[in-house]
Amino acid sequence: MAHGVPTNEKQQIQRVEMCNITKCFPGVLANDRVCFDVNQGEVHALLGENGAGKSTLMRQLYGLYRPDEGEILINGRPYTFNSPADAIEVGIGMIHQHFMLVPTMTVAENVALGLKSSREPMLDLDKVSARIRELSQLYGSIIDPSAYVWQLSVGEQQRVEIIKALYRGASLIILDEPTAVLTPQEVNDLFVTLKRMVKDGHTLIFISHKLHEVMAISNRVTVLRDGCLIGTRLTSEVTRNELVKMMVGRDVRQLNPQPLKSGPVRLEIQGLQAMGDRGTEALRGINLQIHGGEIVGLAGVSGNGQRELAECLAGVRKTNHGTILMDSVDISFMPLKQRIDSGLAYIPEERMRDGAVREFSVQENVFLHDHASPKYTHGIFLDFARMRVFASELVKNFNVKTPGLDTPIKNLSGGNIQKLIMARELSRQPKVLIAAQPTRGVDIGATEYIHQRLLQQREEGIAIFLISEDLDEICVLSDRIAVLYEGRIMGIVERNEATVEQIGLMMAGISMTEAMQR
Amino acid sequence: MPPEKEEIAVRTRRFGSPGMFFNALLPLAGMLLALLIGAVMLLILKVNPLTAYAEMVGGALGSVSGITQTLVKATPLLLVGLGICIAFRASVINIGGEGQIIVGALAATWFPLTFRMWPGWLLVPSTLLVGFAAGAAWGFIPGILKARLKVNEILTTVMMNAIALQLMNLLIRSVLMDPAGITAGTYLAQSERLPEQSWLTRLVPQTLLHTGTLIAVALAVIVYIFLWRTTIGYRIRAVGLNPDAARFSGINVPFNQALSLTLAGGFAGIAGAVEVLGVQHRLLEGITSGYGFSGIVAALFGGLHPLGTIPAALLFGGLLVGGDKMQRAVQVPNSLIDAILGLVVLFVVGSALWSRRWAARRQMAAAKNQKELG
Ligand SMILES: Nc1ncnc2c1ncn2[C@@H]1O[C@H](COP(=O)(O)OP(=O)(O)OP(=O)(O)O)[C@@H](O)[C@H]1O
Ligand SMILES: [Mg+2]
Repeated sequence: MAHGVPTNEKQQIQRVEMCNITKCFPGVLANDRVCFDVNQGEVHALLGENGAGKSTLMRQLYGLYRPDEGEILINGRPYTFNSPADAIEVGIGMIHQHFMLVPTMTVAENVALGLKSSREPMLDLDKVSARIRELSQLYGSIIDPSAYVWQLSVGEQQRVEIIKALYRGASLIILDEPTAVLTPQEVNDLFVTLKRMVKDGHTLIFISHKLHEVMAISNRVTVLRDGCLIGTRLTSEVTRNELVKMMVGRDVRQLNPQPLKSGPVRLEIQGLQAMGDRGTEALRGINLQIHGGEIVGLAGVSGNGQRELAECLAGVRKTNHGTILMDSVDISFMPLKQRIDSGLAYIPEERMRDGAVREFSVQENVFLHDHASPKYTHGIFLDFARMRVFASELVKNFNVKTPGLDTPIKNLSGGNIQKLIMARELSRQPKVLIAAQPTRGVDIGATEYIHQRLLQQREEGIAIFLISEDLDEICVLSDRIAVLYEGRIMGIVERNEATVEQIGLMMAGISMTEAMQR
Repeated sequence: MPPEKEEIAVRTRRFGSPGMFFNALLPLAGMLLALLIGAVMLLILKVNPLTAYAEMVGGALGSVSGITQTLVKATPLLLVGLGICIAFRASVINIGGEGQIIVGALAATWFPLTFRMWPGWLLVPSTLLVGFAAGAAWGFIPGILKARLKVNEILTTVMMNAIALQLMNLLIRSVLMDPAGITAGTYLAQSERLPEQSWLTRLVPQTLLHTGTLIAVALAVIVYIFLWRTTIGYRIRAVGLNPDAARFSGINVPFNQALSLTLAGGFAGIAGAVEVLGVQHRLLEGITSGYGFSGIVAALFGGLHPLGTIPAALLFGGLLVGGDKMQRAVQVPNSLIDAILGLVVLFVVGSALWSRRWAARRQMAAAKNQKELG
């Protein structure tokens, strides 16, 4: 049953129970007799480390995988979903960890995709557009149905995904790490929307690695570890530390880096100007120095030029003006390859797209940069034995959960792919490291580990440029914090010199002197 | 998805298990099904399918001459297919096989006629190389246009086919025309016969089977090593699978795309040279026999894997020879043979996909059992 206009006659989902769900993948038991339930009007959070089996559990509820064992009951009746179409029909929607929109199509076309039009065989995009407007107004975010998806920001694309689910009449919506790709402001907006949806009787399942989000929005929390259910609690009756313990099985240490005597300037940016993707001026003269043994954090609301700055430094975006010096050598005109070879490491923000080849094995992905290095080759031939030794060491050190080194990484959980890429870049012993959103999508334990590794690299005299939307992360790790606003650096403060509030003011475009007086 | 290293490893590990038997049977079953539908079509044409198929199988496999002919036809298919493996692995679509074969054949005709004094041990390898170079040049042009100007390679390779064809038509009727034909006044559109020492050695007397077949198989192994064991092959595959990630790791994406198209052209060029040196011993019209296109199908059939392309090329070679025999024996239209060939492709590819899904299922079950035991 498909429809051009959403039906409200669908039976409401009162209660969903997943009983003793077991699911195997080659070499992995992703879910081991997991029980999970959700009631109408509730927000049920799902927590767990990378690879714990959260996405897998939810994909079974959405009909993408079929459970090997166990039952799915909806309103007490058992259901078998052979495909997402079956799940959609009973009113289940899912927003995936990685979006599934067609970038070259408009919002309306994306929403209508796969649905029967009300006037087959012609499309009824006008009707669809009207309904999209209605829905987007109802939930407090205006989306232009005729805009192309590639023109939208990540946050807006997510809205489209939500509207798509609502349009299909979903009353239970699964959100798989919806906040991983959002700025803090966008997270707030999303929460407003989600709360409104709950008030209208929708039911939500919410996956996140950020505990404060879980505490803020959920009624109940379920924790998975290694495919097993650890427990389900009322959010109001559990503390953050208890949740961490349930997830990781131990306490996570609070980092407190000591100031270091920083070395000579390793990265120097002078008067850097560049254009953004839409032809606007994204960087309007950036000046910044980073010393060896120092972490400089770049704070700012996303879209103020962070991505462009990182890409200019990496050499994948054209600069209009200005110079970049690494160890006093002008690298402004070097292509990316040469910059990497002379000691630059770059962890791109869009790691799935820019940092990994999904069909390549774990081992092949480890050597994306260094496959031609004399260490791992004989002439033009790859030295698999030596590659293997190094790759397995990396996988072990960074605790990447994978059945083997030859597994294609598309079979790894989202967070484990992130970890692998981080591992690769952090192990390259560069002179300068540019890390964009290094802990996005990774679990608490891995975040701690990545932070430790960043600090360790700092001790080894590497200059680190940390670009992050997570202000807490910036404040904990950085020796100095630069605030970016509309393509300019509003000011640079020492750690502990400014409060989070003052940095927030600068992020909003208030000058440093003014911000520091408040 | 084409079989990757890992799947091959899995396949060899499963060797000997009942699954192996099943896997080998499935494509055969697909083929039988295709032939069954073909039989219905034959019946409609009032031809006894049994006689027709007996002719087909007998023609391709029933005699020394049939088998050698199959091998002779499989050789250019394999060579073109190897190039296709390289190009398609880089996500570059090469439709230019026909043109690349032609220029390879042209070069392999011109070269021995010009250096006819050279001894065979020198002339044959250098002619093959010249054929490779000519085909590579023909692939390089669309390659560089794609790399520099982002011109769609499907368009340009097809146009290069037309250019090569007319170039051959021109040359074969002018500078390359057989002088004997001119003196005799027949003006046949063919070149002079090549000096004998440039011919590829015949492997079986009284047949066309020549050393080119062995060269093609050796090249298949080399291409396999090239794609999976060398840095260049690694880069080509990375570019094909995720150009963004490749670019961010410092791999020159346009360069590698152009390179893969150049190599693909080179292999088709060798195919042209081998046809001239091994089979015809001169350049004729229609030298390509459509190998430039059927080579693509053979490569896809072989899972875009150089070693998989060997049996695929054999199968298609056999179907071409057998189909030809059948057509002559039972007098059916040529298009019916093409239709049956098409059905075979469809069903065997379909069954391969199906068996892969089955293999995945079985593996999962095995993993589960292991977990429960352990
Ligand atoms: N399609 C698949 N094929 C093989 N293995 C898979 C597949 N999908 C997931 N897995 C494996 O199942 C396990 C659970 O993965 P899942 O994606 O559910 O984790 P997750 O809890 O969502 O983690 P993350 O927080 O990193 O997204 C992982 O070990 C992963 O490697
Ligand atoms: Mg996940």
